[in-house]
Amino acid sequence: MELVCPAGSLSALKVAVDSGADAVYIGFKDDTNARHFAGLNFADKKAQDGLAYARDKGVKVFVAINTYSQTAGWSRWQKAVDTAQDLGVNALICADMAVMDYAAERYPDLPLHLSVQGSATNYETLKFYKNNFGIRRAVLPRVLSLKQVEAVAEYSPVELEVFAFGSLCIMAEGRCYLSSYLTDESPNTCGACSPAKDVRWEQTDAGLEARLNDVLIDRFEEGENAGYPTLCKGRFKVGERTFHAIEEPTSLNTVELIPDLYAAGIKAVKIEGRQRSPAYVENVVRTWRRAIDLHKMNPEHFRVKKQWKDDLAKVSEGAQTTLGAYTRAWQ
Amino acid sequence: MKLSLGPILYYWTKQQTLAFYEQAADADVDIIYLGETVCSKRRELRAQDWIDLAKSLSQSGKQVVLSTLTLLAAESELKTLRKLCDNGDIMVEANDMAGVQLMSEQGVPFVSGPAINIYNARALKVMKKQGVTRWVMPVELGRETLHELLADAEAMGIKEGLETEVYAYGRLPLAYSARCFTARYYDLPKDNCQLKCIDHPEGIAVHSQEDDELFTLNGIQTMSGRTYNLESELPTMQKIGVDIARISPQGEGTFEKVDQFRKALAGTAQTIALSEAECNGYWFKSPGMDQVLSAD
Repeated sequence: MELVCPAGSLSALKVAVDSGADAVYIGFKDDTNARHFAGLNFADKKAQDGLAYARDKGVKVFVAINTYSQTAGWSRWQKAVDTAQDLGVNALICADMAVMDYAAERYPDLPLHLSVQGSATNYETLKFYKNNFGIRRAVLPRVLSLKQVEAVAEYSPVELEVFAFGSLCIMAEGRCYLSSYLTDESPNTCGACSPAKDVRWEQTDAGLEARLNDVLIDRFEEGENAGYPTLCKGRFKVGERTFHAIEEPTSLNTVELIPDLYAAGIKAVKIEGRQRSPAYVENVVRTWRRAIDLHKMNPEHFRVKKQWKDDLAKVSEGAQTTLGAYTRAWQ
Repeated sequence: MKLSLGPILYYWTKQQTLAFYEQAADADVDIIYLGETVCSKRRELRAQDWIDLAKSLSQSGKQVVLSTLTLLAAESELKTLRKLCDNGDIMVEANDMAGVQLMSEQGVPFVSGPAINIYNARALKVMKKQGVTRWVMPVELGRETLHELLADAEAMGIKEGLETEVYAYGRLPLAYSARCFTARYYDLPKDNCQLKCIDHPEGIAVHSQEDDELFTLNGIQTMSGRTYNLESELPTMQKIGVDIARISPQGEGTFEKVDQFRKALAGTAQTIALSEAECNGYWFKSPGMDQVLSAD
């Protein structure tokens, strides 16, 4: 199983490569990628340096061009595809049919991966993308149970990549407009969920308040761990109850599923977190490298080590991890 | 411009659903969409019931379209999808690329629903090649994007034989999840949700801690708290080439809304103001929940 790791900066990329990534994925410095944050991502020179560094150590580089273009912005998406081709990257990760259509027609040898933003949850959908654009791999959204992943894998016409670790998006990616409903920007349109420009923190008598475009998303008592106000992880009132009506802040960690994913024929596991620090990348990539290698060496006796759990807990949201949708109990 | 009734997004009893479509058969709409698009556990009407209902409704002289599930994750869900796609008679609205794949294999014209991500004319061109003859714009897009997209489509020569539909009234379908939030509210696991959605024919309201009505829980779907209403924008829609305005069935007042939209289209409506519980932001490139006054 290939370990695919995030790089939001050149230093994160180097750390990922040095910590045992088989592939790193990056985005360009604009709204063509779904982690469009100030200070993140790669402009031309940095991308060249990153690519050279990775290639030198035998690590692949994928470029995410995985938001949806609107008419006025099309030249940016087109340019992103051209730039990635010129750089000689190993694959493009895309979601928009227009981007895939352009890339497949113009650069038929450039491998395409269907981004998680493409929202493919079944093998008929995968057939569509294979038939029309020749995609070679698809990243599955974090909404499928392990059984469902296995069933998709059984009939999938392309390689599959699944999420291994990181922030837990509980909505089917590519089909969530909650962010634009509150702020006008969403992952699909702008590559941003709950964008920082709309976040406001305020200490009040009632506690520390987190607002997103003036809407109160959460209120934290003293000493309580205040998470980023991602709107699906806020505390709201439903009937008489005030609680995390949609989801608690928690991270996905599937290290214990490595044998199952391997048995299902999953080709790659993905670490989420292009927005995270090099220290996070190092910790997560190193731990996962050890786990995958240990499984490879001795699949029958694979056991999750306490050390891995402890290390990963340090970088998890709310210090909690979950198997998420992979287990039915979570649903 | 035509008016359509979208599929019922909530879980209603069989009786309530049939009563609704009895009224719909006599209502002043041109197109009726029907079918379960949110959760495969909702089986007051099964696939065959929907097909039968569609066939009987099509005798009312309206165009009838079978809408398919949006998030397809299990083999049983694909099986239902196949059944709907193979009905041989009634047009299908695909809400997932699996439906697009099946319909394009059959070479039969079909509708691309609002949960299919078409954000530009190039994507529309790909879809047209599959057999799409009507597309519904994703709800987070608005007037300006649509205007540019349709101009682009015209320039690309793909506008002929392609209808554009806009979700113009109702709570907005905003997201789909692995989790069922209605079950979560009742502290039930999804596998044993006890079909609680049926007790909430308009979903469950989610308020901020300051009592803003933010969202609506509808099983695995999250909807807007406010009701989207583009009634005042119908003339603009006509101008930029929208062919159909969709009204999404709500628990109350759907057919009154149909009449109002008709009047607005005929130019005989009173001045239209949004109520506090309504929004139109997406259309004006603002946050979806906003109310924007049209400059036109």
